[in-house]
Amino acid sequence: MNLQIRAQLQRGDFNLDVDTSWPAQGVTALFGRSGCGKTTLLRIIAGLERVRGAQVRFGDQCWQSESQWLPVEKRRLGLVFQEASLLPHLSVTGNLLYGYRRTPPALRRLQLPDVSAMLGLESLLSRPVDELSGGQKQRVALGRALLCSPRLLLLDEPLAALDTQTKREIMPFLSRLAQASGIPMVLITHAPDEVQRLADRVVFMRDGHIDDVCALQQALAKPDSPLFADEGPSSVLEGKLGVADEHGMRLFGPQGSQLRVQAPENADPGPTRLRVLARDVSVALDDPARISIRNHLVVTIRQLHDLPDNRVLLETSMQDGQTLLIEITPWSAQQLALAAGQRVFALIKSVALMR
Amino acid sequence: MLELSATDWQAIRLTLTLCFFTTVILLTIATPLAWWLASGRSALRVVVQSVVALPLVLPPTVLGFYLLVTLGPRGPVGGTLESMGLSHLAFSFEGILLASVLYSMPFAVQPLLEAFNNLGRRHVEVASSLGAGIFDRFVTVILPLCRGGFIVAATLSFAHTVGEFGVILMLGGSIPGETKVLSILIYEHTEAMNYASAHRLSLLLLVFSFSVLFVVYSINRRFQVAKV
Repeated sequence: MNLQIRAQLQRGDFNLDVDTSWPAQGVTALFGRSGCGKTTLLRIIAGLERVRGAQVRFGDQCWQSESQWLPVEKRRLGLVFQEASLLPHLSVTGNLLYGYRRTPPALRRLQLPDVSAMLGLESLLSRPVDELSGGQKQRVALGRALLCSPRLLLLDEPLAALDTQTKREIMPFLSRLAQASGIPMVLITHAPDEVQRLADRVVFMRDGHIDDVCALQQALAKPDSPLFADEGPSSVLEGKLGVADEHGMRLFGPQGSQLRVQAPENADPGPTRLRVLARDVSVALDDPARISIRNHLVVTIRQLHDLPDNRVLLETSMQDGQTLLIEITPWSAQQLALAAGQRVFALIKSVALMR
Repeated sequence: MLELSATDWQAIRLTLTLCFFTTVILLTIATPLAWWLASGRSALRVVVQSVVALPLVLPPTVLGFYLLVTLGPRGPVGGTLESMGLSHLAFSFEGILLASVLYSMPFAVQPLLEAFNNLGRRHVEVASSLGAGIFDRFVTVILPLCRGGFIVAATLSFAHTVGEFGVILMLGGSIPGETKVLSILIYEHTEAMNYASAHRLSLLLLVFSFSVLFVVYSINRRFQVAKV
């Protein structure tokens, strides 16, 4: 099942020209700088913007074409905006149930108790909307969207207006939602961090055009990926988080590519993501025994990329096939005589748990 | 002091009827009109907004004159009605009702326009994404969130119609029970040197108008306090 969009729009200097489609499953991140047309594209998908000649198809259902127009209220979407947009004259419960009450009972897949538990809303239900903090409001907005059991969840920078602390507080809810709800999501963001945490697929947008639609791992395999703008190249490793050992370290990943990571005690065991910054990884030709870095993985160098500012990026594959990027200096690469095809030890200094 | 004659009562009843229907019709027309005006800035909207605001600046006699010419037996509207076997609208209740609607239009549109601009589009978009159709959105989102605007629009339309004089004098004349509203009656009492009667009705209108404005400004104030 695909989400297909074709639209052309000229508005002053801005020109949107999009003809694309992507699978309607998992989390698709619409990534690009402010003003590149992400929000306009999302509004066209939602039906909030009626652009002449545009076409929107969701699976086998036509939402917009020359002859057809399905109004927003019939598309069964969940929409969450950047700023919390709770209806101020209703209570938290009134907001949560606004869409639920308008969903035919046969189509309701989620109930208030489940959603409140998933988003930690139990203690908020009886509060007036204007007494909630920004993060709480955003969680209620998410819950409200979920409770109409949408076929597609559209999130327009839901974290952008929140401070770092609140973001950190909401992120786990978002990723839990992405995994547990099974509802396809389109997430607008300009933060590479959010893409790496949540997305399965990235749509790169620039100046009203779509540059590329690709899986997250593919997007992260390009040394010059726009996703590396903030913190330099990094890899996202997928794997299962195990239970803690006697040192309080948690196992992550399959045999042969296994890491021991420090994770919060309350981190749920199960599928998760780790991010490894390329500059936090070193390379050794022999397995050094007496060293404080304890995560040593055997990797095979696939390719060496020259980066600007006198850096070299090693694209390596781990034993389970996942890509690990390592950033070193050209001098080290020369000293160790590194070449494609070579097996080396990757010493991983630190990782970040993304979910 | 407050003993009113049968003529006075008749005029009061007529005025209230006129004001009631004017307000109902105006709210029905002004709501979609103001919504449309609030939803963009195209040249056509500016034209419509200017036309709606015309009664604010035109002498009532000008509006009354054109209405008389249009609605009268030889005018385009009145003439057509006559040829269909109906009667023209000059010197009739229907005529002054139509005139009142046009004349008080800015007082209904302006507060609603302001309320809709304050409301913005977001809440309505949210409601539609949650499955609320157009009527549902109006009742459950627009009406409760713009309550102040609707109350102000209704009160001002009603009150402004009470204060109408020039247009009715031009178009309606002074037919008892049909077009002789309070303001006209006060004028006639004064012409006839019947100052006591004129005074009674004038005082009534003065108190009424003050109460209306007091209510409107209280609502406005509460509105602003609530927004902060």
